[in-house]
Amino acid sequence: MASPSSRRTGFSKKAQYSVFTGYVLAGLGALLGLALLILSLWQPSSLAPLRGAAQDMSAPAGTATAVVREETTSVWDYLSGYFEAADQNAALREEVELARVKLAEAEALEQENERLKELVALADSEIEPIAITRLIGSSASSSRRFAVISAGRIDGIEVGMPVRSPRGVVGRVLEVARNSSRVLLLTDSESIVPVRRTSDSTVAFAEGRGDGLLRIRLINLGVNPFKEGDVFVTSGAGGYYRPGVAVAVMSEVLPDGGLAALIANPAEADFVSVEPIYQPEPVAASRIPLEQPLTDEALDDEPQVAPPPGGTPETQEAE
Amino acid sequence: MARLSQMSRARSMSRQINREQSPWRALTVPYASIMLASFLPAVFLATVMPIFPPLGFVMLVAWRVMRPGLLPLWVGVPLGAFDDLFSGQPFGSAILLWSLTMIALEIIESRIPWRGFWQDWFAASLAIIVYVLSAIVVSGADLTPFLMFAAVPQILFSVLFYPVLARMVARLDRFRLARSRRVG
Repeated sequence: MASPSSRRTGFSKKAQYSVFTGYVLAGLGALLGLALLILSLWQPSSLAPLRGAAQDMSAPAGTATAVVREETTSVWDYLSGYFEAADQNAALREEVELARVKLAEAEALEQENERLKELVALADSEIEPIAITRLIGSSASSSRRFAVISAGRIDGIEVGMPVRSPRGVVGRVLEVARNSSRVLLLTDSESIVPVRRTSDSTVAFAEGRGDGLLRIRLINLGVNPFKEGDVFVTSGAGGYYRPGVAVAVMSEVLPDGGLAALIANPAEADFVSVEPIYQPEPVAASRIPLEQPLTDEALDDEPQVAPPPGGTPETQEAE
Repeated sequence: MARLSQMSRARSMSRQINREQSPWRALTVPYASIMLASFLPAVFLATVMPIFPPLGFVMLVAWRVMRPGLLPLWVGVPLGAFDDLFSGQPFGSAILLWSLTMIALEIIESRIPWRGFWQDWFAASLAIIVYVLSAIVVSGADLTPFLMFAAVPQILFSVLFYPVLARMVARLDRFRLARSRRVG
């Protein structure tokens, strides 16, 4: 079947002109899109308020679906629990016995820890989360990995704050709107987190690869000490994340590091907490260009701007 | 049974007597459905890799292929801007890519005016594949082979989903042109 003949212009000058105008308008629209695209790639924060307003307005819908998602997963757990109850019971008993022993050991360690901390006069600082909130959406159809949380400026959220679930690091706040914020997830290809191996503090960078795995890159090149199953936690370098939060488990060893799987899959977390930036000073210092001297005035003058999505690697390497 | 079906047909026919199409509905349904489709992926959680088809774009292509000439050629600008607010792509990427798609589909149609299920699906699949790959290029991410591999399930899913969505758009089109407004 050919397309309807009513769309052919024939000899009508008016119809011909209107088709031509359509092409011109569409071409101009494409140019406008290109200009906006270049602007938003060059200055990612310039069009953020627009997106933030839309995000704020759609937040109720996102919250509703988040609640439904939690309910459905818990119903599924409940049903599958019936079928696995006996096996699970035996396994859990065994685990509890072991856990009791471990707990006793941990208490001893804790006491020793306290004693040593007193010796070096370190205050035990427990970090209070700024907000506990839900993940209400994500960029599910884009190749970038962003999520939206239902807490924003009125809850005290600021750009750069780390977001974590009970299991580990989820990501970092990238843009803040009034009552919602956009989070750069660990799996995004522009995300870089300084990590260390739990067993011996070998430091590395965990970079998102965009396909769900993290690329672990050793900082000190040499013999690769990593093995499969190594657990990585944040090292605290760079100042964004506090040290000791779980990030990833090594799944494949490569010559200069390896591939690791996420520990905290954000989709499984009911709630996430937003924590204050671990050390604001190095973060602020990292935003000052290398040519300028690093003085107290410069640090105070530094406006709180959104770091570009890819803007952290050089700052973190600089430290 | 025959009597029953006759009765139901009579009832559906009787609902069309002294009714006419509502111009408001005929104008808004395509735009509203595309905007809803743009918004829908944003409330789902895909935190590991992109898995959701770019629904807004697939919907746009489905409307464009189903009813050529219904959407003006420059419609990629307003609808693309709306899509950019929710998609997570840098602002402007959908404006650019949707406008180019509308122009490309118009040119393809003027050269090859033949239409049918397979041609439509082929053209739409081509548009979807090119769109997803170019969206990765303009997304601001470092281009690695892994990023491209991660898009393969999304592309396959989108292409296979197109005929389903085309049927849904056909239903929406019937709804759009239903005789709903009572006359006199």
